Amino acid sequence: MTAAVVIEHLQKRYGETPAVQDISFSVERGEIFGLLGPNGAGKTTTIRCLCTLAKPDSGRVEVCGISAIKQPKQVRRRLGYVAQEVALDKVLTGRELLRLQAALYHIPRAIAQDRIQQLLTALNLTDYADQKTGTYSGGIRRRIDLAAGLLHQPDLLVLDEPTVGLDIESRFVVWEFLRQLKAAGTTVLLTSHYLEEVDALADRLAIIDGGRVIAEGTPSQLKDQVGGDRITLRLREFTPEEEAQKAQHSLNALPFVETVIVNPDQGNSLNLVVQRGSNALPQIQETLTAIGLPIFSLAQSRPSLDDVYLAATGRTLMDAELAAASTRDLKKEQKQAMKTA
Amino acid sequence: MSQSISPTALAPKTAPAPELGALAEFTQETLALTQRLFIQLQRRPSTLVAGVIQPMMWLILFGALFTNAPQSLFGPDVHYGQFLAPGVIVFTAFSGALNAGLPVMFDREFGFLNRLLVAPLASRYSIVAASTIYIISLAFIQTVVIIGASAALGAGLPSLIGLGAIALIVLLIVLGVTALSLGLAFALPGHIELIAVIFVTNLPLLFASTALAPLSFMAPWLQWLAALNPLTYAIEPIRYIYFNAQWSLTSPVMAAPWGDLNFGVMLAVLLAFDGVALLLIQPLLRRRFG
Repeated sequence: MTAAVVIEHLQKRYGETPAVQDISFSVERGEIFGLLGPNGAGKTTTIRCLCTLAKPDSGRVEVCGISAIKQPKQVRRRLGYVAQEVALDKVLTGRELLRLQAALYHIPRAIAQDRIQQLLTALNLTDYADQKTGTYSGGIRRRIDLAAGLLHQPDLLVLDEPTVGLDIESRFVVWEFLRQLKAAGTTVLLTSHYLEEVDALADRLAIIDGGRVIAEGTPSQLKDQVGGDRITLRLREFTPEEEAQKAQHSLNALPFVETVIVNPDQGNSLNLVVQRGSNALPQIQETLTAIGLPIFSLAQSRPSLDDVYLAATGRTLMDAELAAASTRDLKKEQKQAMKTA
Repeated sequence: MSQSISPTALAPKTAPAPELGALAEFTQETLALTQRLFIQLQRRPSTLVAGVIQPMMWLILFGALFTNAPQSLFGPDVHYGQFLAPGVIVFTAFSGALNAGLPVMFDREFGFLNRLLVAPLASRYSIVAASTIYIISLAFIQTVVIIGASAALGAGLPSLIGLGAIALIVLLIVLGVTALSLGLAFALPGHIELIAVIFVTNLPLLFASTALAPLSFMAPWLQWLAALNPLTYAIEPIRYIYFNAQWSLTSPVMAAPWGDLNFGVMLAVLLAFDGVALLLIQPLLRRRFG
């Protein structure tokens, strides 16, 4: 059986800005695949190319063995798309919106009626179905959109940032639903800039940064590749640079320490990678006390997906996020999104 | 959400559904999109209310402007109210059609259009078709009200066949203008630009037509402009129907600067206008993906 999604050497630029430089990954049938990366990494552009909303400059994009470039209509029939900005017609009721959606996918009326009822029940939306979508809360909007994406029983459901802006409870509801969806046999491709979301849901993932795939595998594979344990050390809440460097120098000399990075974005905290199983914390304390430096906080953990990201890019996902937020031109992005429409 | 879910509700289809015929698909999606527009109208009727009040203002206020103009200025036994009615019918339909692109532009801006574009539509012309059906329905309602009001103001009432011909002419002008407006909604960057285009097109096209005054009143250069304006090709045949109980496709309807044009030619020009408009917007609908 062909893979649910194959993307090879995808490139896409908007004018002078390269949104996607070189992205390749494949999604097997029946798995949940996560695209993880900070805002502006090229996730949404990749998704738009996959969903036939944008035309790639070069590369291969296939859904179930069908080219999204050559046979967009066949691809559209096979995938459901839940966009990042949930666009509902606020004058329509949820049920009317779903009926419209069913007609756009050419589902016969009687079958559509049943499907709508099944999905409304499955998503616990029956109470809201006949209210205007303009009155919906964020969580309900997302659930109606999930129902809309699933009406035609697609082989592949594509979700762009499915839980962004949702409260914790609604988020868990969406997660649980996606797991049920997987259990029923639907392939799910989701983008997210939430580490824990991808960690909790994805069977496999690709980490995207600057329009390229920088790592691909199962969450535990990726974490194991990074190796070692993580230690985050703060000398003070905001450590002066000289002090941090002094500590860096001394800690580097310890035999079990692999790397020490000073992170200026987090008040010059120190991020250490140490050999797994080493009794690191007491020795670090001793070393620092010996050279007269204080300890504000000290914590050890197994590597996370964030460490995978940090190892590949030299910065944490949150820092990348903050950096992207300051240079982001939302107006321009909306223009880009409309361009292909 | 946590209660048991029948697995069939969430499972992918074992095989993709057989494709219906292209025409059946086109009909289904067009009707659904049209229904959406009518639900919107029903829940937000202010556009229609304003669209009926405005032509009334034209008829009453503008009609009174030339009340004391010399008799027979606009034709034997014709008063200005009679002369004006066909102009108001066409201009009202035209304005409505010109605005057809606005809802589509807002759908683009809010991202709703993406919902339509990721769906396996038989043709994106279903978006055009749905808007056209909707705009034509509005134009017919407005036309009926204008014809009724004009009759009450003393403009007379055309015969049934005449009314049928008026309906056909309104349909032809609305179809072409709606297509162009939708094309702009796909081509322009945002609603501000679209509104600007509507703004600079609307009144100049009115004044450069025979809606308010006959060709013979105009400066020669404006006569040429008005005789090339599609609106004139809708106004003059309707006016002819209003003024002449007897008419046929060969009736001489307009004295253009280059010669007389008969009823049939006027209709043919409107038809050609529609054809050109639909061809022009094709690349815009096709853009990126077909």
